[in-house]
Amino acid sequence: MSPRLVPAASDPAGRRERPLTITVDGEPLTGIAGQTVAGVLLAAGRPAWRRAPSGAPRGVFCGIGVCFDCLVTVNDERDVRACRRRARDGDAVTTQSRAQGDERDGRRAR
Amino acid sequence: MTGRHVVVVGAGPAGLAAADAALAAGAEVTLIDSAERPGGQYHRMLPEAYEATDPGALQHGYRSFDRRSRRVLGHPRCSWWAESSVWALERRDSADDGPPLVHVLRGTPRRRHVLEPDALVLAVGAHDRVLPFPGWDLPGVYTAGAAQALAKGERVVVGDRVVVAGTGPFLLPVATSLLEAGSRVLAVVEAAGPAAVARGWLRRPWELTSQLGKSGELLSYTARLGRHRVPYRMGRAVVEARGDGRVEEIVTARVRADWSVVPGSEHVTAVDALCVGHGFTPQLELPVAAGCDLRPAAGGSAAGSPADVFVSVDDDQRTSRPGVYAAGEITGVAGAPAARAEGAVAGWIAAGGDRGARALVTLGRSRDQGRAFAARLALAHPVGRAWPGWLRPDTVICRCEETTYAAVCRSAADPTRTEPQVAKLATRAGLGPCQARVCGPTVAELRRSTDQGAGPHHRPVAEPIRLGELARPPEPPPGRATPATPATPSTPTDSPAEESTS
Repeated sequence: MSPRLVPAASDPAGRRERPLTITVDGEPLTGIAGQTVAGVLLAAGRPAWRRAPSGAPRGVFCGIGVCFDCLVTVNDERDVRACRRRARDGDAVTTQSRAQGDERDGRRAR
Repeated sequence: MTGRHVVVVGAGPAGLAAADAALAAGAEVTLIDSAERPGGQYHRMLPEAYEATDPGALQHGYRSFDRRSRRVLGHPRCSWWAESSVWALERRDSADDGPPLVHVLRGTPRRRHVLEPDALVLAVGAHDRVLPFPGWDLPGVYTAGAAQALAKGERVVVGDRVVVAGTGPFLLPVATSLLEAGSRVLAVVEAAGPAAVARGWLRRPWELTSQLGKSGELLSYTARLGRHRVPYRMGRAVVEARGDGRVEEIVTARVRADWSVVPGSEHVTAVDALCVGHGFTPQLELPVAAGCDLRPAAGGSAAGSPADVFVSVDDDQRTSRPGVYAAGEITGVAGAPAARAEGAVAGWIAAGGDRGARALVTLGRSRDQGRAFAARLALAHPVGRAWPGWLRPDTVICRCEETTYAAVCRSAADPTRTEPQVAKLATRAGLGPCQARVCGPTVAELRRSTDQGAGPHHRPVAEPIRLGELARPPEPPPGRATPATPATPSTPTDSPAEESTS
């Protein structure tokens, strides 16, 4: 099993769910208003989305904006920490890679 | 003294208490936090968009926190800057000119502002320390704090077969949050042995009565774990994570008091997530940028790493720099009650409040009791020196640059690379996007480096800033509240005791 969202119906915090849709590398993913980009990705069953220099997969590690493992591009803004950015309906998220030769290698773009 | 402008950085228990006390003393306060809502990591709040009807269901001491948070944010002399980061502190030419200028990036899209406070309170907190082990960089391995933030902060659970491991009492609330959110917690794996835990927790139990809130909180976690039959395995550590592209199984092993592995005691467990924490690293870049003196962790470095340092403060929470105060975990990891007490003292004094105020005595006592409690916990959960025995030559030490253990050792043994900066350039450890926030203390410890102090925490740019943002001139601070009538100083609330009761 993967990371998932606690169902609102059984949540003692008594919360509402307003769905939103973002795209990740063009693919639509559904999330809940208020979730971070990382939360949407995780709850959609994606534990990893970035590549380290060796090509090793990276996702969320620290969850509070310290480790920079979860960097993504949001609407053409590079190097956004997915764990800290609230997802907004319609956000176009592109994944990043630091691997040599990967077309998403950010070092050449900068 | 009224009308002083106090900037408080961090809106966790310490920062919120500082803002509250500074307002009570009559100051004008700007409260800055990187999150959307106050509370910090301890009172991690659900997003406003969730419109939770019972947010207190997930929180310890929610009611008093909520009361304080409404009082502060709704105060006419308080400006609340959410989703804002201090990216630099600029020291003035002469220390007589007061605390540094505070450079802030505010909101989304980020706008740049510069604040010129009369006093600065730093309450930026700490983040999880995680010691490396083979496979710790696999997806599905999270810091304990990440699992907690996701569960409490947005109701995402990291997995369904989870092990929580490392050392320290913080593992308990993390496991409890996961259980509450419906995960199966297979075990809490605590590296400290039963003798050490008992020594720290049970020795001189009368000290605990002063911290009933805290120990009561711990007991409630323990009870909850018991109800769910979650084993609390002491004297064991996770020494490896394995999986194809994500964590699938972990290896735990029995460890001795120095955390060396007992051969043959390894045990493999299938998991879909692992949450790890080996204590906390204070976020020292802002205190270092302000020029504050640091001190080694209390109790010496018998178990501490060379990078185990905190901000040095006096009884008034003053740092070595004029007009700069520090409170909460950057002065020592002592838990929320002590952080609240420190914050209240810092905010009151920073605002020019009366040093003779009676509440200060209560606050000072509460702070000292919190520190004593923290010292006991530190005694019960020291990081064993032999942990590098878990490492293999190809184990990643720096997650960003994927510097291996072998490369760090080679560099440490090379006499031409003894300077930390030279070693950094040679190995690239600490040069990646996180700027050594994660690997810094580990590398310092592995190198047995002598550069005790600010070294791993020196980051003049505390928060990544884009060139475009830098090129634009700063905007004037928006809507800074100015008191219509001179404020009447009241008294700092000595509520740490009150807050720990709910």
